[in-house]
Amino acid sequence: MPRLTDKARYWMLVLPALAIMIVFYILPVLGIWEISVTEPDLGFGNYVKMTESNAVKTSFILTFRVAAITTVGCLLLGYIVAYTISNFASRVTPLMVALVLLPFWVSVLIRSFSWIVLLGRSGLVNDTLRDLELITRPLRLMHNEFGVLVSMIHVMLPFAVLPMLANMRGISPSYTDAARGLGASEWTAFRSVYFPQTLPGVFSGALLVFVLSLGFFVTPALLGGGRVLMISEYITYQIQEFLAWGLGSALSVALLVATALVLLVAARFMNLKSALLDRH
Amino acid sequence: MKISAFRIFFNTGAWLVLAFLVLPLLVVVPVSLTDTSYIGMPKEHLSLQHYESYFTSPEWLHATWTSIWVGLAVAAAATVLGTAFSIGCWFISSRAATIARWVLITPILVPPVVQSLGFYRFWVKLDLIDTYFGVILAHTLLALPYVSISVFAALANLDPRIPQAARSLGASVWQTVVEVIVPAVRPGMLTGAVFAFIVSFDEIVGVLFLTVRRVNTLPKVIWEGIQENIDPTIASVSTFLVIISLVATAIVALRRKTA
Repeated sequence: MPRLTDKARYWMLVLPALAIMIVFYILPVLGIWEISVTEPDLGFGNYVKMTESNAVKTSFILTFRVAAITTVGCLLLGYIVAYTISNFASRVTPLMVALVLLPFWVSVLIRSFSWIVLLGRSGLVNDTLRDLELITRPLRLMHNEFGVLVSMIHVMLPFAVLPMLANMRGISPSYTDAARGLGASEWTAFRSVYFPQTLPGVFSGALLVFVLSLGFFVTPALLGGGRVLMISEYITYQIQEFLAWGLGSALSVALLVATALVLLVAARFMNLKSALLDRH
Repeated sequence: MKISAFRIFFNTGAWLVLAFLVLPLLVVVPVSLTDTSYIGMPKEHLSLQHYESYFTSPEWLHATWTSIWVGLAVAAAATVLGTAFSIGCWFISSRAATIARWVLITPILVPPVVQSLGFYRFWVKLDLIDTYFGVILAHTLLALPYVSISVFAALANLDPRIPQAARSLGASVWQTVVEVIVPAVRPGMLTGAVFAFIVSFDEIVGVLFLTVRRVNTLPKVIWEGIQENIDPTIASVSTFLVIISLVATAIVALRRKTA
């Protein structure tokens, strides 16, 4: 038996997972590209159909809008939490961290169900408002963009908080203290000394939330009630209702390319390796 | 010290956001105790009928059991594969190893519907549709990134001179990995295994594409329940899952405090 070099031995540890990933994940995902140009006919017919369809255009615009609003919402709300946890240390800080982590352990399905219970026509919010005689007819709180946004922000918020928290933990308080000592107000010290240092965390959080939101399926499908067709739901719709595998695959390719473009643009502004590979 | 408006803004803001995160999870508790046959608050009195219907329903119990054992199988497979992978990459630490790590985390970035489509077509060819093995395989692929990230985080704290010392004292690569590295990264492996279990236990889109009638996981039954008729049994199941999550979070938080 030939003697293996150490390097070869290390590769033998790497290979099983890598091989399974390439054969059963990467190849099937690449197979979608093939379907998109072979079904029903050979050629780019599906892509032509896709670019000519107004419904597809509407769905893409909606998807990007929902993802963008979700990202901004998560950053604003998440920043407040991350800042408070890392700067106003007190006995309740561990509790605050636990409350951020708790939703992570609860299934996205359950969380969407909770929002359906809250926002439905005869949901808790509408019932309460009616009992208080503030409204006579139930408000439409779900099966529209509002409901989708509220629950998406709820689901994505921890993904924004955690990278910001990791980043803020590494910021030394001495710079802000120095600014304060030199007479800057609390607000000025925050804005011109602290905030710029938190941008890497903000960008990581934004990237993660935006990319995950682009392809999100469960919450929009349940809270949108078929009226807020984000691109993922549009794809399943094409495949399950019309058996339009070719068009569905072409849309999937477009979604993949869009996601890749977002990552490429992000790579110009931030270190993707530290944001994605070296998380936690 | 005078409490500034700045501080008040962040503190109250943070608690409001945390309330927004946590309170909606709790609404399932009163709803699960409703005495009505539809989703809503209890009208006349509290009732355990929807818990009873969960515990007497073969469909719900079977799906719960399926999700648990599939999740355990996924956690075992993903932890073994992912740990070996990360340790190998850590030793190699070249450009090729970095590319391999990017390949392994793609499932986090690829939209669920897109990857499920890919799975479906390939699983049809392999005759894995509606089989437990097919679901376990798909979930293992989706769980691998989380294991690899957790183990890598644990390896980041390991001094590379320690395995070097083991090697120079005559330990083989295999001995070094098993007796030096694995014990050192055990916390990362445990985190990875828990993540892998949760990924599998929660996964819905792949299951919707890959299973028909024979394989039913808990998320699938919940999904169908929400889509077809909103039955308060879902609220009872949700209450269980929320309580388990609360307990798990409390244990983790307490352990961190004592550690």
